[in-house]
Amino acid sequence: MGDKREISRRTFLNYALMGTGGFLAAGMITPMIRFAVDPLLQGHAGGDKVAVGSPDEFSAVPKRVEFKVHTKDGWYESESTLTAWVTKNDKGEILALSPICKHLGCTVDWGTGPGQPNEYFCPCHMGRYSINGEHILGTPPTASLDEYETEVKEGKLYLGKVKANPRPGVNG
Amino acid sequence: MMQKMYDWVDERLNITPMWRDLADHEVPEHVNPAHHFSAFVYCFGGLTFFITVIQILSGMFLTMYYVPDVINAYESVKYLQNEVAFGVIVRGMHHWGASLVIVMMFLHTLRVFFTGSYKKPRELNWVVGVLIFFVMLGLGFTGYLLPWDNTAYFATKVGVQIADSVPFIGPYVKTLLTGGDILGAQTLTRFFAIHVFFLPGALLGLLGAHFVMIRSQGISGPL
Ligand code: HEM
Ligand code: FES
Repeated sequence: MGDKREISRRTFLNYALMGTGGFLAAGMITPMIRFAVDPLLQGHAGGDKVAVGSPDEFSAVPKRVEFKVHTKDGWYESESTLTAWVTKNDKGEILALSPICKHLGCTVDWGTGPGQPNEYFCPCHMGRYSINGEHILGTPPTASLDEYETEVKEGKLYLGKVKANPRPGVNG
Repeated sequence: MMQKMYDWVDERLNITPMWRDLADHEVPEHVNPAHHFSAFVYCFGGLTFFITVIQILSGMFLTMYYVPDVINAYESVKYLQNEVAFGVIVRGMHHWGASLVIVMMFLHTLRVFFTGSYKKPRELNWVVGVLIFFVMLGLGFTGYLLPWDNTAYFATKVGVQIADSVPFIGPYVKTLLTGGDILGAQTLTRFFAIHVFFLPGALLGLLGAHFVMIRSQGISGPL
C-alpha cells in the first residue's frame, strides 16, 4: 500500500460507487418521503366564523347550539356538525364552550351529573366543570373546557375556532 | 465509526462470509461494458429490477393516499397528484415506471434470446422469466383500473370482455375478475387487492427464484 495520504484505487472506487449509489437512491427516496410527510407540513385552514343566532337568545343558563362547518379531509369534503354551550353573563359577555371533555375526549352535558345541576358533567369518568368551563379539581380532567372564538356582528353571534380556556381549575 | 459498528456486529454474527458470498465475485470479461461496450445488453436484467424496486416503493407510498372505492378513488388520485407535495412525481414514477418496466423486461428477454442463454442448463430460469412476464402484465392490467377514470374503466371493460370471449371458461373468468355482474365497486377492490398484495407477493417469490438460479448457475458464457 502507498503513502498514507494517498487513496488506494479500491477506496476511491468504493467512495465513487457509494456516492453515485447514494445520489441515485436519494433522488428516488426524497420525493417519496416528502410526499409521505406532507400532512405534517400542510397549513391548517383558518375556518370562517359561523352564525348561531342572536345574542339575545342567550342568558346565564347554558344553552346548547349546533352549527355546521365545512371540513375538508384530503379528498373528502363534508359538512360536520359542531356543538357549543353558550352563556351570557350579566355584563353581556358571551362564553361559548366546546363540549369535548379535556380528559379523554368524551362529550359533556349540562346539569346531568348526579347531584350537580349547575355543572357540566362527563359520563365517561365522572369529569366535572363549572359553568365557565373550569375543571373541578379532584375529577379526571386536567384543563378547562375549550372555548370558541366569539364575535357579535350585525345582531348575530358568530362562533369561530376553538381556543384554550385560560381559566384554572376550581374546587368543587 | 461505521467500521467499528460493522466490526462489533461481525464479531458476534460473522456476517462477512454472508455478503462476500453474494457480492464478491468477478464480472466475466464478456459481460463487462468496460471491455466490450456492446456488453451493456447484460445490464437490462438489473435495470428491470431497478425499476421494479421503484414501482414497489412508489406504489407503497401511493397507498398512503389512495382508496379503492368507487366514490373516492378518482378524487383521492386527483388529490394526491395535485395537492400533496411531490404527488406528481411519485405518481409519475409509478405511472411511467409501469410502462418502462415492460420495455426493460422485453429488452432483457431479447438479450437472453439472442445470446442463447435459455439453453441447457438454464431452461428453468427461462420458465420463471416467462412467469415473471405474466405477473408484470397482471400488475399493469390491475393497476390500470385503480385511478377509476374513463380510460381506466373502459380499458378494463375491454380486458374483461376479452376474457369473456374465451370458449367455455370465459364467462366464469369474467365473473371472477369483476367480482359480480357488473364492472363496479367489487371489481375495484378486487383489482386493488390483486395489484398490491397478490401479484407483488408472487413477483417477489419469482424474482427470488430467478436470482438464486443465476447465482448458482453463473452467467452464461460468451457467444
Ligand atoms: C412491478 C410492479 C407494478 C406495476 C407494473 C404497476 C402498474 C401500475 C399501473 C399501470 C397503474 C395505473 C397508474 C396510472 O394510470 O397512473 C398503477 C396504479 C397503482 N399502483 Fe401499481 N404497479 C406495480 C406495483 C405496485 C405495488 C407493489 C403497489 C403497492 C404496494 C402498487 C400500488 C398502486 C396504487 C395504489 C395505484 C393507484 C394510484 C394511481 O393510479 O396513481 N403498485 N400501478
Ligand atoms: S373523558 Fe371525560 S372524564 Fe374521562
